[in-house]
Amino acid sequence: MAIGNASGALFRWSGRDPGRQWACEQETMSIDWNDYPCDEFYDELVAAPGKGREAVEGLLADLEELGPDELVARQEAADVAIKEMGITFTVYSEEGGAIDRTWPFDIIPRIIPQAEWERVEAGLKQRVQALNLFIDDLYHDQRIIKDGVFPAEVLAKSVNFRPQCVGIDPPLGIWAHICGSDLVRDGDGTMYVLEDNLRVPSGVSYMLENRLVTKRVFPELFEHYAPLPVDDYASQLFDTLAALSPRPADYPEVVVLTPGIYNSAYFEHAYLAQQMGCELVEGRDLFVDDEDCVYMRTVDGAARVDVIYRRIDDLFLDPEAFLPESALGVPGLLRAWKAGNVALANAPGAGVADDKVVYSFVPEIIRYYLDAEPIIPNVPTYRCMDPDSLVYTLEHMEEMVVKPANESGGYGMLVGPASTKSEREKFAELIKKDPRNYIAQPALKLSTVPTIVGRKLEPRHVDLRPFILSSDRQQVTMGGLTRVALRKGSLVVNSSQGGGSKDTWILPEQSEANQS
Amino acid sequence: MLSRVAENIYWLSRYVERTENTARIVTVNANLLMDLPKGIAPGWRPLIDITGANALFEEHYKDYGERQVLKFLIGDERNSGSILSALEAARENCRTIRDFVPREAWELLNELHIFGREQLAKGLTKGGRHAYLKHIVQSIQTITGMLSGTMMHDQGYDFLHLGRFLERADMTSRIIDVRSASLLPAEATELRPFETIQWVSVLKSLTGYQAYRRSEQVRVQRGPVLRFLLQHAAFPRSVGYCLDTVRVSLEKLPRNEASLRVHGRLKRNLEGVVPGRLSHQQLHAFLDELQVGVGDLHGEIAKTWFPPPLESQSQSQTQG
Repeated sequence: MAIGNASGALFRWSGRDPGRQWACEQETMSIDWNDYPCDEFYDELVAAPGKGREAVEGLLADLEELGPDELVARQEAADVAIKEMGITFTVYSEEGGAIDRTWPFDIIPRIIPQAEWERVEAGLKQRVQALNLFIDDLYHDQRIIKDGVFPAEVLAKSVNFRPQCVGIDPPLGIWAHICGSDLVRDGDGTMYVLEDNLRVPSGVSYMLENRLVTKRVFPELFEHYAPLPVDDYASQLFDTLAALSPRPADYPEVVVLTPGIYNSAYFEHAYLAQQMGCELVEGRDLFVDDEDCVYMRTVDGAARVDVIYRRIDDLFLDPEAFLPESALGVPGLLRAWKAGNVALANAPGAGVADDKVVYSFVPEIIRYYLDAEPIIPNVPTYRCMDPDSLVYTLEHMEEMVVKPANESGGYGMLVGPASTKSEREKFAELIKKDPRNYIAQPALKLSTVPTIVGRKLEPRHVDLRPFILSSDRQQVTMGGLTRVALRKGSLVVNSSQGGGSKDTWILPEQSEANQS
Repeated sequence: MLSRVAENIYWLSRYVERTENTARIVTVNANLLMDLPKGIAPGWRPLIDITGANALFEEHYKDYGERQVLKFLIGDERNSGSILSALEAARENCRTIRDFVPREAWELLNELHIFGREQLAKGLTKGGRHAYLKHIVQSIQTITGMLSGTMMHDQGYDFLHLGRFLERADMTSRIIDVRSASLLPAEATELRPFETIQWVSVLKSLTGYQAYRRSEQVRVQRGPVLRFLLQHAAFPRSVGYCLDTVRVSLEKLPRNEASLRVHGRLKRNLEGVVPGRLSHQQLHAFLDELQVGVGDLHGEIAKTWFPPPLESQSQSQTQG
């Protein structure tokens, strides 16, 4: 089907197309890892020309043996599988409205050794534990402000702080039950946290589907390697949610609340509901009664709901408490939550820590609440609210990535090295107008992974989004979603802006099958 | 089960059934036209009459030519009853309840939707039409089989049945209505063989020819064919069979009293006639009443089990 009015977003996505026109490409006889460029950036698979990293040494040879024709055939098989499985996301454009697109996927996996992963996992748990203590503190005594560690003016200007939530004690004292933190690796191989998504992070379904597709198209690789399985996420998520139920004696009724099929992550909402065996509800399926309990409309009449995994932003949740014009939410939901009759995950107001200025304080937050050093470092961050940092940022915009505090999906940011002079000038004005709303970070030399381009393997930049679950205990996904910027040189990995994804393998040091 | 999900399953099922029925009547009409003498051939207009979309058709097309009618019935997205529109609507309904429909069935429907679009140009040619429509009918039979073999036979399945058999009852009555108009001048006895062809084609539109031969053991003629298609208890596309199946599902659902009442009235009505004795005018009035009854039953089902209608549903929101 032809899509008439392509928007900017679609043009960017189509950057991949030339590479997909296999037939037109020139013949390449074989894959030669000696020609693979890996000196400028840290490559996750290739240590030096012709030489794989320790954990994947054999993999390079395996890919070489398959050869370009076979790789291309496998990639095509994956593309067909994804299309037929209906794995989609939705792209917005100003003229075209919402368009359902298939999920761009590259079949070469990204690999992380298990030992390294265990350290990362510990670091993520530490981070989210501290963030939950921080959020709970902000909605109660605000000790961290009184102790002078976190400035009151940052909180005062936070757009995600919800005064409606002050004084509330959510079950187990946890606010962010599902967190998606973005990790990147810099040129020297250090893994940093780039941001924490504590509102309604998405992507986990793609992580699960990517493994399924890889198994379909690369079965023989699984004979030689034994990446740790990812597929118990849905049951872990269910347990995380069920532990929040206000009626622990009964079998809890857990539902997933979606804005509907026009939401960019609708596929994921449906997927998770299906995998957990829960109802997928929309706001109009639910109502709150006079006793502040939540019910869903069913064929048998009204049925009580205990836990809501909501994939709707705070402001749309409850027209009584937030935006009165929201038709997505459920009138009275906040009342029911305050009364303790229903659990909401994530809790309303958790997004206060999902702010790029707050992000810059996370190392201090970890030290303050846990009395420990952060296991995974933050990317060095300049807060434009701080006058010296503002001057530095404005002078060095060409080398920096400047981000607004509260946008997600890669919208509204400036990538210095890829920007034009007039873009920088325009951005400088924006920053000067509202310095609190911006942070700047040095443009990292994001690591790369070999990616199929035409009939060759070329390095493309990646990041990683693991998901951290917190309720009665903490669990981290095995790896996460690796997103890849499919355009040459691009650092933007967001699916809404031309990114694709890869399967992520956590490999035990010596997988048994490998020794045979 | 959520009321909204029940509604989506019901409509998914209706649209899937509609797709198949449309593909069938187009195929059969093409065959019929090849068998009838040019002078009396009814052409393609009756197909539009069956769907009742004449006003919309005439708004966009100058005449009832083969190309125009086929474009309208197969590929015109302005026609909500066209094969492509029905597939699109079925897929959208299915997408809304992806957590409910077995994954393999969703994948098949998704594939069929892709096929319908990508092969449309071929499907509109004289040479490619047959294969295109056959693929659609077979795919839908596969989807139906897969749903019956893998979906939980719980309330969701009951709503699937309600949608499928109400749609089918409606379509069968429409096909009979339009196709039973005599093609031939009453006194033209030399054209008698063609009358048989006409009734054979009615049977074939409903894939009932073989079943009729086995069950009736009489020549194909008006009275027995009408009885067979309206009242036969074992032919799965007869109106009577459809209503019986609807009843089985209705009986399993909670709060079903009002719907059962409407159903009972409809079934009594159907059984109270000897269709062979009705004149063409009477038959037409009877079928009209039948279709209104099917509409009433749909209304009662919606009132009892589906969510209250919303004023506005234009909502979208982005998130990271």
